[in-house]
Amino acid sequence: MTFTGLFAQLLAIVLALALAPLLTGWVNQWRAWLQNRRAPSLLQPYRVLHKLFNKESVVAETASPLFRVAPYVMFGSMALACGIAPTLSTDLSLAPAADAIALVGLFALARVFISLAAMDIGTSFGTLGARREMLVGFLAEPALLMVLFSASLITQSTSLAKIVETLAHQPFAIYPSLAVAGVAFTMVSLAENARVPVDNPATHLELTMIHEALILEYSGRHLALVEWAASLKLFAYSCIGLALFVPWGIAEAGTPLTILFAIPVLVAKLAIGGVLLALIETINAKMRLFRVPEFLATAFLLAVIALLVHVLLGA
Amino acid sequence: MTSLLAQSINLFAVVLLVLAFAMIAQRRILTLIHLFTLQGAALAAATLIVGFLTGQHHLYYSAAMTFVLKVILIPILLHRVIERLNVRWDVETLFNIPTTMLIGIVLVIFAFNLAAPIAGLSASIARGTLGIALACVLLSFLMMIVRAKAVPQVIGFLSMENGLFFAATAATSGMPMIVELGIAFDVLVGILILGVFMFQIREQFDSLDIRHLEKLKED
Amino acid sequence: MLLLDWILIVIAGWLALGLAGIAALRNTAFVARTLFPAGAALGLALAGFALAAMFDTPQTAILALGLPDLPFHLRLDGLSAFFLFVIGATGVGISVFAAGYFRQGEGTPPGLLCLEYHLFLASMAMVVLADDAYAFMVMWETMALSSFFLVTTNHRVPAIRAAGFLYLLIAHVGAIAILLCFGVLQANTGDYTFANMRAQSLPPLWASVAFLLATLGFGAKAGILPLHVWLPEAHPAAPSPVSALMSGVMLKTAIYGLLRVGFDLLGAQQWWWGVALLAVGLATALYGVVFSAVQTDMKRLLAYSSIENIGLLFVGLGLGVLFNAYGMTALSALALTAALYHVIGHAFFKSLLFLATGSVLHSTGERSLGKLGGLMRRMPWVAWLSLVGVLASSGLPPFSGFVSEWLLLQSFLFTTDLPDSFLNMLVPVLAAGIALIAALAGYTMVKFFGVIFLGQPREPKLAEAHPASPLERAGLVWLSAGCVLLGLFPVPVIGIIDRVTQLLVGGGIGATVRANGWLLLAPSSLERASYNPLAFLVVVGLAVLLAAVLVRRFYHGRLRRAPAWDCGYPAQTARMQDTAEGFGQPIRQIFEPVFRMRRELPAPFDARPVYRVTIEDHFWHWLYLPLARLTERIARVVGRLQRGRIAIYLLYSFVTLIVLLLVAKS
Repeated sequence: MTFTGLFAQLLAIVLALALAPLLTGWVNQWRAWLQNRRAPSLLQPYRVLHKLFNKESVVAETASPLFRVAPYVMFGSMALACGIAPTLSTDLSLAPAADAIALVGLFALARVFISLAAMDIGTSFGTLGARREMLVGFLAEPALLMVLFSASLITQSTSLAKIVETLAHQPFAIYPSLAVAGVAFTMVSLAENARVPVDNPATHLELTMIHEALILEYSGRHLALVEWAASLKLFAYSCIGLALFVPWGIAEAGTPLTILFAIPVLVAKLAIGGVLLALIETINAKMRLFRVPEFLATAFLLAVIALLVHVLLGA
Repeated sequence: MTSLLAQSINLFAVVLLVLAFAMIAQRRILTLIHLFTLQGAALAAATLIVGFLTGQHHLYYSAAMTFVLKVILIPILLHRVIERLNVRWDVETLFNIPTTMLIGIVLVIFAFNLAAPIAGLSASIARGTLGIALACVLLSFLMMIVRAKAVPQVIGFLSMENGLFFAATAATSGMPMIVELGIAFDVLVGILILGVFMFQIREQFDSLDIRHLEKLKED
Repeated sequence: MLLLDWILIVIAGWLALGLAGIAALRNTAFVARTLFPAGAALGLALAGFALAAMFDTPQTAILALGLPDLPFHLRLDGLSAFFLFVIGATGVGISVFAAGYFRQGEGTPPGLLCLEYHLFLASMAMVVLADDAYAFMVMWETMALSSFFLVTTNHRVPAIRAAGFLYLLIAHVGAIAILLCFGVLQANTGDYTFANMRAQSLPPLWASVAFLLATLGFGAKAGILPLHVWLPEAHPAAPSPVSALMSGVMLKTAIYGLLRVGFDLLGAQQWWWGVALLAVGLATALYGVVFSAVQTDMKRLLAYSSIENIGLLFVGLGLGVLFNAYGMTALSALALTAALYHVIGHAFFKSLLFLATGSVLHSTGERSLGKLGGLMRRMPWVAWLSLVGVLASSGLPPFSGFVSEWLLLQSFLFTTDLPDSFLNMLVPVLAAGIALIAALAGYTMVKFFGVIFLGQPREPKLAEAHPASPLERAGLVWLSAGCVLLGLFPVPVIGIIDRVTQLLVGGGIGATVRANGWLLLAPSSLERASYNPLAFLVVVGLAVLLAAVLVRRFYHGRLRRAPAWDCGYPAQTARMQDTAEGFGQPIRQIFEPVFRMRRELPAPFDARPVYRVTIEDHFWHWLYLPLARLTERIARVVGRLQRGRIAIYLLYSFVTLIVLLLVAKS
């Protein structure tokens, strides 16, 4: 464990915590523009978080302690996820603690907790949300794992930092398997972050909602933590996607100054990624819930094809 | 630069494969035609690049021919057919789509395996793609089997031809020009005949469901 | 004294406790408060001795039991010591729980139950110690019989008697296969000791026959497809501590048998054995988890989940055989380590969950998930402890299930050097299946926990549910502590498992793993993959704590209790929550062809609308019912011989005698 590693690690987590709501605000802004609406301010998510933290928390009478613990667990898991996703540098102190498989496990941990919390109150919407979330999860999780496996077969490592380092610091080459995996990853990210073809983050009181049904009973600081964790999840997914498929500009080990250069690169990449996400959300319609398993099964199959193509072509 | 182009052949091969899968998963005829058009475009681009890399100029002509035929002419024909027949949306399948896709994965593994030893013998620049081409052919065949309507079956047939064409280009740097011309002409005539045929089916049964053809047999 | 002697003393102690139970047949208090805790103490001793034996040289003993001139050969090596440890360590928790669990008026008198229970424990321990086919079969059958009587504790219920019969039937089909397997293994030498079998080198054909017979025989005990049908019937029928022993421990003796025969005696020579195990294991696991997700009875759900886990174990063993056959010792050791880790992990979490259902059952009298709910507030101990088991069972970090899943995926991933291109392509794709199974297990476990412990009570009587007794809690605490420790400190455990893999394939990953300290798990190299569960937990914990403290520091911590919001819908009742059927509905829809489903939907104008869905196993209709019909038809033909007159029976014997004499002459 080096000093620069520790520094990069802390910087990555702090940056994620600070920037994640900004990314959400950025995507919301672009979505509004693309849909011919007046956009909320870029800083709106921060204001929402601040307001929610200030409000008192209203907890249902039937809630057990699990309900109050879950937002913290979700938040902690997402903070660690942002810590092990190589955002700025591949020299991270936490990188040996959790590899790609553990990252998927981490997302699953957060999902299980928030689903259990939704079932805790015992309302119809809560259990419905939990069931749907687990439905999305059990298909998205293996697909995500397969995407990461394609990358780790190329680089012969499951450590995320190592994968990104290998991909970023070799002569440019076209990996057909990674291209397919990239499509699969995009589909999985849309589903996992409750984005439009699968779920609509902007609605309430709709029978098709997934994420919002889960967190319906939360208010005050608990809701703030859940919202923040959702932003962190989007941030983590974006960073993983960028690091795997557009890895250039990430700092490598032993060069502390390049981290400073990596920050603007990351911000620029995230900005472009956010616009693309808003674009996808605008030109697609939300699909029926029964189509979601098919959507995710397609992502899963694409990821498997990526793996097969890698074995066949060796690239 | 050359190595990047060589790698991009692999990329186009994978695009062909993914499009073949997408066709199997697709429910709408209109999108099916779009996918077919894309497949034709990818095929034309791949042929162009192989021609550039191997210096075989006749491949340029076949790329141009592919483009004209499969990206412009046949899609226009198909669009007109579905407009006249008014079957823009529904695709009925005999199996459910996830099962079909699982069978598809098995076919891909089978094809890759079959091609692995052949690829070792060939010295062509894109030898790894032979397995992919074979998989495309098998997948299109599968699509023809599981579709219940005539138009998707025709598209499956055309897409199978795409796979064969790609196999020829990738493995042996293209067939002789005269063979290619012949095949292209065959395909064009085939599509016209099938178009007439589809109209006839509908005249006869008021539907494009080919299961009605079962009634034609003599008992 | 040798460690083996001490272990035999422990086993004798269990038998003595059983006999003491007979002496105090109806004295529930004595049996529960004295004999079962004593059994737990002996289990602890067994675990300790077994652990010491892992690091010792193999020891042998000859017991002058059984037939004259045919004594029991016993042998204590790394493999048997590992399984003894599993039996002992899990047995502690289960016995402590059982001390608080068994009470009066449940069919079999408590003293008899005590005898059967300890006989079951002792026979399992003897199975893994046996060193000749004779001792093995005797102990194997004792195990089957004692567990049969335990399953039929509530023998007044016809369904339970039927379940017990089915169990006994399939157990015996398996036992015949094992017996034949030993027959092949001794290669006409007439010497049935394992040492002799190990020394024989069978021709490939006969080795394959022996291996397939072993897979069939041990698979019947383990519940692999299509011999699994007894498992979801028998495991739920038994009292919960027995279900825990059967699912958590007894299934593992089958894994032990397969390891002993497949690796130790046969040397895991041929690659296609591995592929067969892989295929069977994957199918079993997928089948188990899908069925588990749609169950509405909590113990059946767990039983199907056991089928899933057995499938995963078979996958691990299959990979082990595959790599070993190609001489890739390190990878083979990795796959076997994953499997053995799962053996011990599953023993702990599945016992924990079965015991938790026992507490729920005693406290509410309900097994159907549709009538439970909200028990977290009534029985917080059971709920929180089973949450640990649920998380471990879902394969979530940093608990025990994740470690074995992680190791298994690792062994799947780096297989591109297999000499066969087909396998090269197939193996990574199978990893996709493992990922899907793990994710589905999470779905099932959320359903299990959420429907039982969370939400509002679905029945008014649940309000009177009483918390579990202190002894029950103690048993649960022991098992959940195992789940946590196995999750957090994989390196020392792998160091122990290393002894077993050294014995089985002549290699291990212990040294590689230990090179990186006792916290960081890196099975091949640090570059390739690493996982540090403690750091994982600490960072998540720190983030949680920091968030909580900072929120407290900068904002007020006001909290108000109010009725649930639920989008403002009035008149919410507990009936509006998802039932177990509702929660399983997406799985039913996605995997529809897997089930044999019958649905009764209410019509719009029904005065008393009823919705009913029943789910059956295809295998009943494809395999078992045709077999049963065939048996009946043959029986009817044979039945014609039966005339009821003694003269005719004597005639049969007479004719047989004549025929035999003729045969003997020629």
